[in-house]
Amino acid sequence: MPGADKETELSERIEAFLSELKRCGSGAGSLRGSAETARETTSLLRRITAQARWSNAGDLMEIIRKEGRRMTAGQPSETTVGNMVRRVLKIIREEYARSRGSTEEADQQESLHKLLTSGGSSEDNFRQHFTHLKANVIEAINELLTELEGTTDNISMQALEHIHSNEVIMTIGRSRTVEAFLKDAARKRKFHVIVAECAPFCQGHEMATSLSKEDIETTVIPDAAIFAVMSRVNKVIIGTQTVLANGGLRAVNGTHTLALAAKHHSTPLIVCAPMFKLSPQWDSALQELVLRSFCFLLPGEILSKVNAHCPVFDYVPPELITLFISNIGGNAPSYIYRLMSELYHPEDHEL
Amino acid sequence: MGERLTTSTLLVTEEDEKKHEIIRAKGEGKELTKEEKQRLRKEKKQHKKNKKDDRGPPEKEKEKEKASVPAPSKPATQSPAHKAAPVPVNASASESPVAAEKPAKSKAELRAERRARQDSERASKQGKKEGGQQSTSSKPKATPNELQPVVKRLPDHVQVDDPVALKKLAKKLERQQKSGQGCSLNITGVKVPLRSDYGYKVSLFSHLHQYSRKNPPTQQISIPVTVIHPSIVRLGLQYSQGIIAGSNARSVALLHAFKQVIQDYSTPPNEELSRDLVNKLSPYISFLSQCRPLSASMGNAIKYIKKEISNIPSQCKEEEAKRILQECIDSYINEKIILASEAISKYAIEKISDGDVILVYGCSSLVNHILCEAFEKQRKFRVIVVDSRPRLEGREALRRLVKKGIRCTYVLISALSYILPEVSKVFLGAHALLANGYVMSRVGTSQIALVAKAYNVPVLVCCETYKFCERVQTDSFVSNELDDPDDLIVTRNGKTHLENWQTVKSLGLLNLVYDVTPPDFVDLVITDLGMIPCTSVPVVLRVKNVDQ
Repeated sequence: MPGADKETELSERIEAFLSELKRCGSGAGSLRGSAETARETTSLLRRITAQARWSNAGDLMEIIRKEGRRMTAGQPSETTVGNMVRRVLKIIREEYARSRGSTEEADQQESLHKLLTSGGSSEDNFRQHFTHLKANVIEAINELLTELEGTTDNISMQALEHIHSNEVIMTIGRSRTVEAFLKDAARKRKFHVIVAECAPFCQGHEMATSLSKEDIETTVIPDAAIFAVMSRVNKVIIGTQTVLANGGLRAVNGTHTLALAAKHHSTPLIVCAPMFKLSPQWDSALQELVLRSFCFLLPGEILSKVNAHCPVFDYVPPELITLFISNIGGNAPSYIYRLMSELYHPEDHEL
Repeated sequence: MGERLTTSTLLVTEEDEKKHEIIRAKGEGKELTKEEKQRLRKEKKQHKKNKKDDRGPPEKEKEKEKASVPAPSKPATQSPAHKAAPVPVNASASESPVAAEKPAKSKAELRAERRARQDSERASKQGKKEGGQQSTSSKPKATPNELQPVVKRLPDHVQVDDPVALKKLAKKLERQQKSGQGCSLNITGVKVPLRSDYGYKVSLFSHLHQYSRKNPPTQQISIPVTVIHPSIVRLGLQYSQGIIAGSNARSVALLHAFKQVIQDYSTPPNEELSRDLVNKLSPYISFLSQCRPLSASMGNAIKYIKKEISNIPSQCKEEEAKRILQECIDSYINEKIILASEAISKYAIEKISDGDVILVYGCSSLVNHILCEAFEKQRKFRVIVVDSRPRLEGREALRRLVKKGIRCTYVLISALSYILPEVSKVFLGAHALLANGYVMSRVGTSQIALVAKAYNVPVLVCCETYKFCERVQTDSFVSNELDDPDDLIVTRNGKTHLENWQTVKSLGLLNLVYDVTPPDFVDLVITDLGMIPCTSVPVVLRVKNVDQ
């Protein structure tokens, strides 16, 4: 039966995606950037919308929520998955509201008046059936996909507004967004980049070789020299794994030290992060640790007697950040909460 | 040999003994009198001056760089007969050929004469000097009656970008042959080798040397080495390959090598031990600084030895003099390093309480010693060892602590923000303490102090007083050391990204060795004189100089 085939095919794809996520986390699979993950999540959600069985918006939202929970459980540190799920849920709500004819603002704000007068929960509202809802939702998701594809370019286009000639820019680790940002600026301006290598995986080395191929003057420094050279640095430009609702960051380890050093020398700290990295959830208990990296550093008989820690992420508070550059422009950290409310519906914060 | 002759008593004994010598020589007429020796010396110096020998200034540069001690006070009070060319007590190149009758003249007149001579010589040598500024010493000295101008010269190892300075250094190394002063032996082809830089240097650091460990400095030396003593060659190699690392270890190794040199030394005829031995040591020191730039502690040790050598009374027999020097060196090591670390441990253990979580960085022999002592005294604490690439010295510290049985945790420096909320105290070692209160230590120390300050964790620096130096520095750029850049290359996941970094034109690797920590990050400095704040370093330096 074609229906059953479609269903099995769909669940196969979901399973494949989940296992891919899990493997990426453990490092066995290919390392992907978060942009790729976001794109794949969104296309998977589009497929679910197209192929799964649902009759009204509420059902669709339930299905997507369920799948979303499974996907985020597979790799909790990869927050872009959850973010995309929430974006799609918001899209569904919007399309539903548009189909019903009510204005968007009225549904968005939870005004006191609305709380008093409505009384009943808004969930019942999603039970209505609309014929064109499916098409509308899929179209909106396509728009989202095009937006995702253009994020890196949008960010790089702003590079010339922020980098002048003969600057010394510092960065840490490897971020594809920052790489594109700097390469774009290098087409017109001459500047110097210092890359902190970010032990123990030393992704900074890859970044440095890639930048130097574009004839950008690059220097690789070990993590310990960050404060020592900071006094000669004009700007610090970094990427991040997640942007949190308070304007803080969850970035690769060593970023907090970098931010403190920049604050001490009053050097501006610029974060290049596309909008899909904005995440409303902060699980403070989650701190991924990678222990296998130490087997090549310490001999066995000592390693057995000590505790070795190797955290993957750092939390950077918003006071240390000067500017966020995203695909919709530059923002101060204090404005992030506003952007968050435009992207996600408050009820979707908990999947 | 705990007794120290003060300069005044020395002066008295000098004058007496000179009078005795003259009387005796006149009576016996057997060997060269002091007068004749001094006349000979005077002639040689004139001869040298005519050849425009600039051996004097570059050496003095080296010494000045370590610790510009209030040496100017010395020549004022010391007997003129003890002023010899290589003794870097006065920054100017003047060598005062003073005859034996000079002690009859007043000291003030002598000083005036000397200064006039210095000025004239300085004017004549204006063209060759670079970086010579006349600056009065920043701190008022207790001993001299008037402020002697301290001419500070830039050390060689921070003038790599100046071709004139490099040429001068090359010439100086060539000339450091068998003990000079007009000796007829002329050994050609055996010189102190000049090491060449390796790899692309980051533009901010073009004024510093960058050597590769794969090109040891001894490749250019021919065998037999008649200029450089073999134990010094071995020491130099150990420094350049990183086998001996850490300021205490390097100083102790240096002093032991010098003991060996003194043991094997024999005074040539017509020469005085006090002057000749110091001359002998100069090419050794040049060689060692070519292998690896001298540390502040080594500089202080060298100054001490040279002072002790020049203080040997001239009528002392060679064996006696050697014995005295060996004892001096032993007592220096004992007092300044071993006993100092005992004293520091005693103070530091007061600061360690039960239940503490102590963070240490890298491998500092002093801090390791403190922790082991505290553990033996039954304090209950655990240690977090922070390590950093590319040296990974923390592994050595970890090994020593684990062997003792202390509970340890190991992290890399990028995990500092993660681990600091658990920490109650930070103990750091120092390479040198600068006169403006800055702490010069292994690169990464300032970072640790910065983040500890942000988390309100007290930072304690442990440092012996012999590492205090008169230099001032505000950033880690002007005076630093560049290590082999190839150390940064690493293989991860089977890929070595930086393998061919030399071929890529715009790629540079920077491997700094030291950095300076501003004093506002440091809460306390524990020295053998007690627990002092960072800003009291110049006070300690002054007290030490008064004692000496």
